[in-house]
This record gives sequence, structure tokens and C-alpha cells, in this order.
Amino acid sequence: MATTLKPVNVVLVGFGWTASILAERLTASTGLQVLALERGKFRDTVPDFATTHIQDELRYAVRDGLFQEPARDTLTFRNSMDQTALPMRHLGSFLPGVGVGGAGVHWNGQTWRFLPQDFVIRSHTEQRYGKNFIPADMTIQDWGVTYEELEPHYDRFDYLCGISGHAGNIRGQIQAGGNPFEGARQRGYPLPPLKRSHATVLFDKAATDIGLHPFPCPAANTSAPYKNPLGVQMGACTYCGYCEWFGCGNYSKASPQTTILPALRQRKNFAYRTQCDVTRINLDSTGKRATGVTYLDEQGRQFEQPADLVICCAFAQHNVLLLLLSKIGQPYNPVTNTGVVGRNYAYQITSAVDVFLDDIMNPFMGAGALGQGVDEFNGDNFDHGPYGFVGGGYIALWSTGGRPILQHQLPEDAPKWGAGWKKAMAENYLKSASIATHGSVMSYRTSYLDLDPTYHDIYGDPLLRLTFDFHPNEIKMSRFLTDKAALIAQAMQPRSFHARPRTGHYSIVPYQTTHNTGGCAMGADPKTSVVNKYLQCWDVPNVFVMGASVFPQNHGYNPTGTVAALAYWAADAIIDKYLKAPGPLVQV
Amino acid sequence: MANFSPMIALRLAGPVLLAALLGACTRSDAPPANPAQTTDAATVARGEYLVRVGDCASCHTAKGGQPFAGGFPVPTPFGKIYSVNITPDRETGIGNWTEQDFYRAMHTGISADGSHLYPAFPYPWFTKATRADVDAIKAYLDTLAPVHKEDTPNQLPWYLRWRGELAGWNLLYFEKGEYQPDANHSAAWNRGAYLAEGLAHCGACHTPTNALGGSKTSKRYQGGNAGLHWFAPGLGDNLRDGVGNWSAAEIVEYLKTGANAKSATAGPMTEVVMNSTRYFTDADLQAIAVYLKDRPHAADKSAPASKALGADALARGQALYIDNCTACHMPDGRGLAHVFPPLTGSSSIQADQAGTVIHVVLEGARMAAPQSKPTGLAMPGFGWKLDDAQVADVVNYIRHAWGNRASLVDADDVAAVRKNILPEDLPSRDAHTVYADTHARPDLWNRRPNHLAPAQPVVPARQQ
Repeated sequence: MATTLKPVNVVLVGFGWTASILAERLTASTGLQVLALERGKFRDTVPDFATTHIQDELRYAVRDGLFQEPARDTLTFRNSMDQTALPMRHLGSFLPGVGVGGAGVHWNGQTWRFLPQDFVIRSHTEQRYGKNFIPADMTIQDWGVTYEELEPHYDRFDYLCGISGHAGNIRGQIQAGGNPFEGARQRGYPLPPLKRSHATVLFDKAATDIGLHPFPCPAANTSAPYKNPLGVQMGACTYCGYCEWFGCGNYSKASPQTTILPALRQRKNFAYRTQCDVTRINLDSTGKRATGVTYLDEQGRQFEQPADLVICCAFAQHNVLLLLLSKIGQPYNPVTNTGVVGRNYAYQITSAVDVFLDDIMNPFMGAGALGQGVDEFNGDNFDHGPYGFVGGGYIALWSTGGRPILQHQLPEDAPKWGAGWKKAMAENYLKSASIATHGSVMSYRTSYLDLDPTYHDIYGDPLLRLTFDFHPNEIKMSRFLTDKAALIAQAMQPRSFHARPRTGHYSIVPYQTTHNTGGCAMGADPKTSVVNKYLQCWDVPNVFVMGASVFPQNHGYNPTGTVAALAYWAADAIIDKYLKAPGPLVQV
Repeated sequence: MANFSPMIALRLAGPVLLAALLGACTRSDAPPANPAQTTDAATVARGEYLVRVGDCASCHTAKGGQPFAGGFPVPTPFGKIYSVNITPDRETGIGNWTEQDFYRAMHTGISADGSHLYPAFPYPWFTKATRADVDAIKAYLDTLAPVHKEDTPNQLPWYLRWRGELAGWNLLYFEKGEYQPDANHSAAWNRGAYLAEGLAHCGACHTPTNALGGSKTSKRYQGGNAGLHWFAPGLGDNLRDGVGNWSAAEIVEYLKTGANAKSATAGPMTEVVMNSTRYFTDADLQAIAVYLKDRPHAADKSAPASKALGADALARGQALYIDNCTACHMPDGRGLAHVFPPLTGSSSIQADQAGTVIHVVLEGARMAAPQSKPTGLAMPGFGWKLDDAQVADVVNYIRHAWGNRASLVDADDVAAVRKNILPEDLPSRDAHTVYADTHARPDLWNRRPNHLAPAQPVVPARQQ
């Protein structure tokens, strides 16, 4: 039997980026008692990510040192509804985090804003290209929130993190050297761009030569020491090249630990508990009001934590699982095309063009978001009419690092093993680079999450089942992006280059990106969304859902900037609207 | 990091040996009659402030125990001395003490029952406090909730259990008497002197001691051992190992926040800032700065020239420095302004003894994290990956590179410090769970190892 604990006002499920943002906002401006429940352990820069040991590629990148352990928590996967889903027994395609800070600890720091048209993708596309341009099974929808509404919240996150970048559009004024396609921002970035690597300088020149507008990609890696509005200090990035899949050892990559937690620790109305697996949001007898959550500790003991407000801040798929298990919202049924929870799962589609040059690139000097990009082919920045697909993506040359095991490129004709492989590696390690494409994935009727009928977790609850495949629209779009990347590669005047396009079915095995989205889509219509524009559940108004699980589809940028902006936006709505009149914030 | 005040106490406990040898004995006067006790809110508030100035909670609160209820074990070379219950419980605390009893204890180190207190209790400094301030402290302590908790018997050898011996030590090293203002100096100077020499007991660590534990008053503020090989650097006007190149504003910033452009706290000083100096008024910090800036220039301790180190050792140290230290402290040793402290020109780096530097290299350090500067930036320990000789090489390098000068250390010096690192000194990972319903006791913040923890205390996992 569960032990009932002393009630709190707000319980946050998970303690990564969104929970940290919510906790900071709620404890700063209200007297509410806020409690975060984290399934993993506490982690901090010292000792957990200390420079004395963090640059260990085998331990952290190859053996998944900081990620969710599939033996403890996983999902089942299939490409299509006629298949039987099987459990993911090793991490591959995506790498959810576990522990305080969540995936915000091991991200690269690539911090983008979605385009203004992304938030109104269906109405915008129908208006520009006609209703028939969108395939019948593509279930994309407008977000219910606009870029203009989110802009102040994007700005807050930029200044929280000390983003290094070069603005492209300040209040409608296009800025030379920045991204001319971005939505208008109220001010520039808090820090100047990172120093460029030689490879990004070559990319910049090549892209300019073929008429594109390259710019330094916005980075949550500090180009200089920084003190954020919460008074938290950050060091300057040393370009050690160990961002992605690692924690930062010298306080220069933004994470909850390096930007929020020090301030949060000073708040007497905030607390957190670690190693708490939340398994249910509890509802009262009407099913319309949450009374708190149930969790199990590391010894399997069950606790009931009463709360007035429950905010789901776990990784995207976990939020969906928690709603399904708690019977909040109608589960999505792809056959009848009814229900909402689990609907509109999406991902991203990536490809690369490897470039082999004469110059020495020193690839080991890198930072997670040190890159030069072009945005001509993202969103609806170009006329899609002749191409017949929806969506796009950015193309960028990232100098994230030159780690010995996983970060290197070899020409296509290089031997795959033996002395020839070694020789090719010696010849190319310092003289190669890779151009990446980062493409959107639309949502479809048959891309969804539900409860697996066969496999259960250690508590006896069904695993989440992921049904997903790439659709022709995405394959076509990615091919288009890859071809454009190849044009830039060619303009870099390399010894050789070759494209690595994404082809065939989606595979959950090779790493692609951790940008899983959807399942709790937001929107203006309760028939097609789980949460309203304030991220509040339509069905249970004292439950809010954060994170990429609310994306109705996935656009052509890394999601963290938008995830954070939505968290700030929702926090304001809770403080300014919900607390004054608890109940549904949007009436339909 | 063990607690600061216990370290002072450890350092002070040495003298009891001398007292035992002397076998001196003087009976104290009988306690006077109980005076009438009237207090007002302002007095109580001042008392609370002065309790923080004196950093009383650190020693008088056991790990996980009730505030001020005592029971904290002070490790000494002779055994453990336990702090006593100073809550107003009549049976086990000081509830039956009169103001006069309390004043006599603070002023002369003699308890209400007439017995001598061990100088683990810093009465050689507290004697400087005025009667009014001591009464205010008592008035504040009287407002605490009484905690019924028997004092824990000390674990000392038989020859040190007779407290009369302490009178002998007092004869040699204790000068009783309230602070007397110096008319030749400003009011701020006198206030600074009153605090530094009295309740704040700065000199307890920052003044060298003789072999028997008495302060070398002729070398006041020239740096001293703060226990377990932590070395408190000089506070005099010296440029190399004093605060000679600190402005008064930088002294204030350091005491208020734990860091300034010249240095950052580590080890015991982090705790002093967190438990005590961050609560000082700006005027009092300014007064202390005025006083310290007027401390005399100490005689140069004639640090060896850099060539004394030898080219080989310098090269080894530099190689280790580049591999392990440059990411934060930069190749030129200047650190990163207002983030990672500089090593160049640093008084703690160039201090008379290298104990603090060795400690920090071995176990790491965490800066203070007051609300005004909440980050609590930390350095990891290198003790697990560098051996004693390597630590000596890198310590010698940073004490001689970029114009720094200081005495040399060797592997044996490092080994001596390494032996004194307690398990709780090492950075811990997972003892940070905090509970919403335990927020009533933020005073226990300082009990967290290495300040890794949030501002609130821990309650054992599932006892609710």
C-alpha cells in the first residue's frame, strides 16, 4: 500500500530543463511549495562532470554513461501497424537522459527558434500552396500559439543560457552576418559567436560563393564568461570537443545545473527528490481533477504525493506514457482516427555530406554548437511548389569535436579495416569535415504512441509502443537538403566528398537524433490536441504537460529552444491566469 | 571539509597538554547573584546577529542535530571534545545560567559551575566582546526553543580530564579583557578591530601559533594553521602573502560573497563565509576592511628564488599544469575574471605554508554560494589521479610560475596532507535529496559536505 505524504502545491514530474524553468518561475513569484520528482540521481558539474574524467569517450559516448538504461526503462518499436513491436534493448536512434538535469546535461547546446510560419504550418501551407498540397494522411496542425507570443520567452532562455550567436533579425531589421530568415527578435544574443573553426570558415566562404547566407549557429556554449539574470556564473568554453553525450566540466555549456539550480537551491519553497519513478497521476472520482501522483522509490516502495497541480516535465515519450497509464485524455486510435493521447508522434530526419580537404582542420578543437549554417531551405523559406513536399531543414557544418572513437570521416573508397584503414585514417583525420542536414518530420495518421499489448515494465505496467516510419514526403525533403549540402561541399573545393543520404525505413538502431516529439500535441481543438495553447490538459485542467511531447509536428531545428520558450510561456500562464482562477484557461 | 570552528578547536586543544604538564591550579571566583533579566526585541535581534558574527552554530550543532544543542565531536590529537548544549534547557542546556554566568564564560573561559572550559571554545577572542554584546547574545540564546539533550562526555585521556590544568595555559597565553578603543583611530577602524579581534576571532586561524598552541601575538595576522594542514594566509599588508594588493572593497566583497577578482574561498574559509561573514552588515565588513588594511607589513619571509626549484621540476610541474589546470586557470595563471580565481599574485597560493594549496589540489574545493553569488563554482579533486610527487610538482609550479614566489614542497608534505583528508571531504554525489516539509531549518545548511547540497537539510528517506 502506498504511503501518503504531506501535500505540496505543485509537483513536477522529472527534473530536467522544463522542470527547472517551471520551478524557478513558480518559486520566484509565488509562495507555492514546489516539489520535483526525478527518477534518476542528483548530478552536478563537480564531481559528476569534472574535467578530471568527463572526456572519456568509451565510458560516456560508447557505453552510454549518462543515458536512460534500457534494461530499466524502454519502449517497444515497429515501423508499421501490421508489425509486432519489439522492445528496444539497446539505445540507438535517440538517447533520453536520466538524472537531475535530464538530457539538458548531455545535449550539444544547439539553441534555435522555430520560424514564425512553423507555428501556423497547416494554415500557412494551405494558404500558399492550396489544401491539396498536404497529403491526406499528414496530420500536421497549427500550434495554437504564435511566434510573436513566444518571442519574449525565447529571449528569456537566450539570456538564461548566455547564448553565443549573431542575430539576423532585430525587430525587423535584418542584420548582416546573421540568419536573415529568423523571426524578429527583440535584441541580439547575450554573447558574441564562438570562435570559428577552420572548417566552418571554409563552409562560410563556400556557402557565400554559391549565393547563400551563412551565419554562426546559436550556441549554448559560452564564448566568454557570463552571469545570467539569476546571478549564476558561467565560465568560457574551452573548445574541448566533449559536449554531446557528455556533461560540461567547466561551467560553459548551459544546463539546468549551470544556469538555474544554484538559484533554485536558495528558494525555501522548492524541494526535490531523486530516484522516484512516477507511475501514475492520480485523479479524483470525477476523473476531471488530479489529486497528485504515485511514485515508487529505488526500493520499490510506493508513495502517494498529493498536490494541487501536476506538471509533466519528463522526456517526451514518458509524458505520453504517464497520461496513458493515468487514463488522462482519450487514447489515440489510428484506425478510427479518434482520440488524442499518442497522436502526432514525430522525429527528425538527418543526413550528411563528408568532405575531404587539403587543409588541416584540427577537428579536436570543437564545441557542441560551434557551427556555421544556412537556413535558405528550412521551413517555408523557399517555394515548395516545384518540389512537392512539406517542410525543410537547416544545413550546417558543425565542429563539435574530433573524438577518437566515433568522430571521424573516411572517403568512400577507403578500406574498412586493416593497414589500409589505418593509413586512410592517418591521412584524413585532420583533413576532413562533415556537413549535416537537419530536417523536419511531419506528423502522420500512422505515426503514434500507444500502450504495448505484450511487453510490461518492472512494475507490471505496459511499455509504451512506438509506431513510426519515414514517409515519402520526408525522404524527398531530405534528399533535397542533401543535394544542397553537396553543392556547398563542392564549393569548398575538396579533394573529394560524398553524400550519406537517409534512405529506406526508419531504423531505431543507428543514432540519428534525440529529438522525439509529439504524443501530447498542443492545439486549439480538443479533438486533435491533448493540451491547449497554455500546455494545460483539456480534460484535467490541473495537469500541464511540458516538453517536446506537445509539438504537433517536428520542424527543421533542434527543439530545446522551443521547449524552453514554451515552458516559460506556460509558467506565465499558470502564474498570471491559472492561479487567479483555477480551471480551464481556454474555453471551447 | 570538516567544519571550520572544530578545526580551530583542534588547534586550540593542543595546549591542554602543556597545562597538564604544568599542573597548575587556580580556583575561580564563586558565581555572583542572578541579575534581573529584561530584554527587548532589538536586543534579541542584535544578539542573533552577534551569534552569527561569532559563528556559534557551527560548533554547537551536531550533524543532523537540533541547532545549538551541542554534541558536535571535535577531533583532537588527544581524543574528541564534544560541544555543549547552549539552548535554554534548564537541565541540560544553559537555561539556569545568569547573564553574569554567561559573561564570565565568554570573558574568562570559566563555566557556570566554576570549572574551566577547554579553549576549543574561543574565549581568548570572545573576552574582547563588551558586556552589552555578550548580554545580547545570551538574550538571543534564551529565545531558542529549549532542547533537552545531555552533553556528550569528552573522549580524552585521564590526564586531560581535570580542567584545572587549563588555568596554567591561561596564565601563559590568555589575556583577559574587553576591547579598549584606540582614540588615535577612526570609529570604523575601532569597530573593525573590535570584531576581528573579538567575536569574529579572525586571528584564531590567521595568526601563527607556537608549538604549544599559543598565538604568536608578535606575528598577528601573518598567516596560521587552520587545522588538518589547512593554512590560513596572512591578512597583513604584504603583497605576496597578505591582502596588501586588495582594496577595502575587495575585502568586503570576499567576506560577503566568498570571492573577488583576486581570490576565492576554499575549505574552512568557504564555511566561514557561509556560516558567518555573509551575514555581516556592509558597515561592519567595511570596518573590518579598514582595520585589516592598516595591519602592519610583515617581514618578508624570504621565499626562495624560482631557480631553487630546478629546471626539471619546473618542467614537470608545467606539463602537469597544462594537462590538468589550464581549462579553468588559463595558461597564464590569470584564471577567468570573476569566475575561476587567478593563481598569479594570489596570497593563498603564495602563503607561507602550502597546506591549503595541497588540500585543494587533492580534494578540490567549492566556493561559497550565498544568495548574492549563488553559483558555488567548484574545482574537482585530483588526489585520485595525481600521486604525491606529481602534486608536489604542480604545487611548486604554481607557487613559482608567473612571478609567484613561495617555499618549496615535496612528496612527503603532500602525503602528510593526504592523510588528513576525511572521507566526508571528498566530493559526494547522491546525498542531495531534499524534502518539501523540512524547510523549517535552513540553519543546518552548513552541515552539508562540501556545500554540494541545496540550501535545505536532509531528512532520512522514507521516515515520513
